Amino acid sequence: MSNPQNLQYSKEHEWLTEADADGVSTVGITEHAAGALGDIVYVDLPSVGDTVTAGETCGELESTKSVSDLYSPATGEVVAVNQDVIDEPALVNSAAFAGGWLFKLKVTDTDDLLSADEYTAFTAG
Amino acid sequence: MSPRLTALDALHRALGATMTDFAGWDMPLRYGSEREEHLAVRTKAGLFDLSHMGEITVLGPQAGELLDHALVGFISALGVLRARYTMICREDGGILDDLIVYRTAENEYMVVANASNAQVVLDALTERAAGFDAVVRDDRDAYALLAVQGPEANAILSSVTDADLPGLKYYALLPATVAEKQVWLARTGYTGEDGFEIFCAPADAEHLWHALTEAGAPHGLVPAGLSCRDTLRLEAGMPLYGHELDTSLTPFDAGLGRVVRFDKTTNGGDFVGRKALEAAAAQAEVNPPRKLVGLVSEGKRVPRAEYSVVDAEGTVIGRITSGSPSPTLGKPIAIAYLDAAFAAPGTAVAVDVRGKHEPVEVVALPFYKRAR
Repeated sequence: MSNPQNLQYSKEHEWLTEADADGVSTVGITEHAAGALGDIVYVDLPSVGDTVTAGETCGELESTKSVSDLYSPATGEVVAVNQDVIDEPALVNSAAFAGGWLFKLKVTDTDDLLSADEYTAFTAG
Repeated sequence: MSPRLTALDALHRALGATMTDFAGWDMPLRYGSEREEHLAVRTKAGLFDLSHMGEITVLGPQAGELLDHALVGFISALGVLRARYTMICREDGGILDDLIVYRTAENEYMVVANASNAQVVLDALTERAAGFDAVVRDDRDAYALLAVQGPEANAILSSVTDADLPGLKYYALLPATVAEKQVWLARTGYTGEDGFEIFCAPADAEHLWHALTEAGAPHGLVPAGLSCRDTLRLEAGMPLYGHELDTSLTPFDAGLGRVVRFDKTTNGGDFVGRKALEAAAAQAEVNPPRKLVGLVSEGKRVPRAEYSVVDAEGTVIGRITSGSPSPTLGKPIAIAYLDAAFAAPGTAVAVDVRGKHEPVEVVALPFYKRAR
């Protein structure tokens, strides 16, 4: 598996896109994290309009075997959630970096995030 | 201490398995999607490495009597080449482990313990053997164990063995040649499906895995890990030591009093735990404290082991012992010990899922029963 170069990564295994022209970034979890969780069966996401804070929990990911907190890699207002993964959580497993995105937010601040190479090294260690 | 590796370790890694530490063994958790492995076992077949299970051979003129004394079952009454689900209890009736005992010869038995309890069982049997003309032998390193489980298991096995599979009943075994290797072939398993368990020399395990994989390919056989094994046994309502069973419970508490055979005719009818178990049986008859039940959720959140079961007022009335999304039912299921007053199927209760009360319905176990 390879981590896309154009994304930033948190040590909690979320990814964040560069902000678009409106200052909106997309958040998901990495393939590495999805693989470690196993088949994801339920996602609990923040609601549109919520403010989420970098490094703090903002939802849950439930797999066959475990439940894990979802952390936000950035601070900002949630402007969209991915209804597709709510309806079909397995999308997180099959397309972690694409259709399995979780939510979009208007970023005001980010944690210290890792580059793709740094994240790859982090998960290899 | 580094984990023990099965004879198939390199193969699991080559297959890309996610490995997990299980009772001191490094075992395959899943090869790809545990849900797909689960469904393959239900509809076609799955191939498991269960080499972590603890084989203990008990042999000698009084092997049967020793087991009648040491275990709660009437083991000496078991026919040669038959198997029995049984338990080993403490003097106070607490369950030390649940076991499958295979009678491999007139004076020889193979006791298969859970990996996490194999040493405990070995020690207890060794201690309880005092005074009996029988030997307890640690055979954990003598066997690897493969299992082929699922509706296609029979067809797959029949293409690699001349053994009389139609004549091999459920809970029976045969010395057999499978893919040119000498094995014990048993019609047992823990998935709720028809299937076979193959006890072989560790040196033969890889050859057998390849032969079964090849024979199974046209039938849809896939390698299957411990993760799906757990959801399969949960759907089948089968107890798992450390979840539904432990030393604080007697077989009667677990609704498995039928495995306790007070009618044994050996050792003057006495066996370890008899007194306590008679009291537990009497108690279960008049006033069972809690009952083991199934729960089905209409929601998406999963009731998990150790979560509380609550009534409409939020009072704790039980606890979950195992819970998981059910791939077959398509909804979360759980097994729980529940106050007897709430244990009737159809009763609406709730599970405290991290502070939120998720409604669930009590159902009879098992959740899944294969069509025969």
